[in-house]
Amino acid sequence: MSSVASDLPLLCTPLYDLHLERGAKMAGFAGYDMPIQYPSGIIKEHLHTRFHAGLFDVAHMGQIKITAKSGHLADAQAALESVLPADILGLKRGRQVYSQFTTASGGISDDLMVANYGDFILLVVNAGGKMADNAMLQQKIGDRCHIEYLSERALIALQGPLAAECLAPHAPELKKMRFMDVRQSVLWGSDIMVSRSGYTGEDGYEISLPAHACDQIVRKLLTDPRVNLIGLGARDSLRLEAGLCLYGADLDQTTSPIEAGLNWSLPKIRRAGGARAGGFVGSDIILKQLAAGPARRRVGLQPQDRAPIRGGTLLYQSEQGGTAIGTVTSGGFGPSVGAPVAMGYVKSEFLPPLATKTQIFAELRGRRIAVTITQLPFVPLRYAK
Amino acid sequence: MTKYTKDHEYVKLNGDAATIGITHHAQDALGDLVFVELPALGRKVSAGEAIATVESVKAASDVYAPLSGEITAVNQAIIDDPGLVNRDPEDKGWFFVMKLSNPADFDGLLTEAAYKALL
Repeated sequence: MSSVASDLPLLCTPLYDLHLERGAKMAGFAGYDMPIQYPSGIIKEHLHTRFHAGLFDVAHMGQIKITAKSGHLADAQAALESVLPADILGLKRGRQVYSQFTTASGGISDDLMVANYGDFILLVVNAGGKMADNAMLQQKIGDRCHIEYLSERALIALQGPLAAECLAPHAPELKKMRFMDVRQSVLWGSDIMVSRSGYTGEDGYEISLPAHACDQIVRKLLTDPRVNLIGLGARDSLRLEAGLCLYGADLDQTTSPIEAGLNWSLPKIRRAGGARAGGFVGSDIILKQLAAGPARRRVGLQPQDRAPIRGGTLLYQSEQGGTAIGTVTSGGFGPSVGAPVAMGYVKSEFLPPLATKTQIFAELRGRRIAVTITQLPFVPLRYAK
Repeated sequence: MTKYTKDHEYVKLNGDAATIGITHHAQDALGDLVFVELPALGRKVSAGEAIATVESVKAASDVYAPLSGEITAVNQAIIDDPGLVNRDPEDKGWFFVMKLSNPADFDGLLTEAAYKALL
């Protein structure tokens, strides 16, 4: 879990008072004072989300609404395709897609969700980069699009196998949504924008709601004993087990979507030979890499010992000597796996053929410990497909 | 008699043997522990040396030798079940026992009142 050091006072989400009331341990994260954990602790919070329903404050994240100045949404969709590699023109009303803002050198400046609400496109971006994303969009597509940063809206996530059941009595229409569907709805009188998605590997929803109603709505959801507040600590262990990338750790300006193994988010239509091939920032470099194969690739790493390996740990081919063949970018303990789990980048020449396991070594406190390169995710994904 | 360090460790003195562990405050600040690494038996350690590691879900932290001496016992129970440190830090969740080189050094550690004043 990385935090951004700064002298600026930390910002608060609308749920700040609630976090303090519930005994949260707070810490600075991307400029916000956020709950890392509640008194039950990260392991219990993690497992609660896997078995019941966890409620996350993710109001630090950015929500950006995009409309076309021409009045035709397709013009905004086309404009967005110049800054990210997804098929946005083909994104149907009521659907969402995962993508990345790419850089001229083929790196990633942020990763995000893009949702088509019919009258507008909603982007959900990371807290750390939201202001830079907004400025980049103004600069690159501001001539064609209205770009509105939604500062008056909060975001919460309800995740876990019971999420749908817990939400259904209050908004029955949300139950029939499938994974990556989006829709507008009403929850206790407030207008909400909902996607059936999340960052835990479980079924669930991310709900955009008016900031002024957030506290009241969350308290109502928490009256259901199956719903518990979950902090950012468990959010990190849940997403790590699910093999999902954290921007700033697993993805950054020096990492390409191909190296990160996000090829699945680069559809055929935007690849060489596709009807709208390339045309996004850095597409020459990224498409070349897709064809030739990347020099390094993101992989799952499972230490054979019980010691967790953390971001920054170097990886080696043998138990002694040699130069590093890779680096851990995220690592910790996986409460559902019951063992340490990690992910990182390894030079391609040292990678095993798919579906075979290879042992390498991680240097930890002056010793090399055995680590197995594994497929991601570490737990089965349980989306409502 | 029990004294404390500013690094949130307690030291229980019994003759020239000292039992060392982390305080309730320390385990609470660290959160759920998932891994503990302890020094080898017989290792000679100096005051302030990082000689053990605790890993929570979130991060790794060092545990220091509060005084100089030799490691005479380590607690296998917390290696097998790191959560024991969270549940009972100042009794069953002890880390290691040291034979102090100079038992008089113990007097220089913090009293309970002085330690609590730091929290």
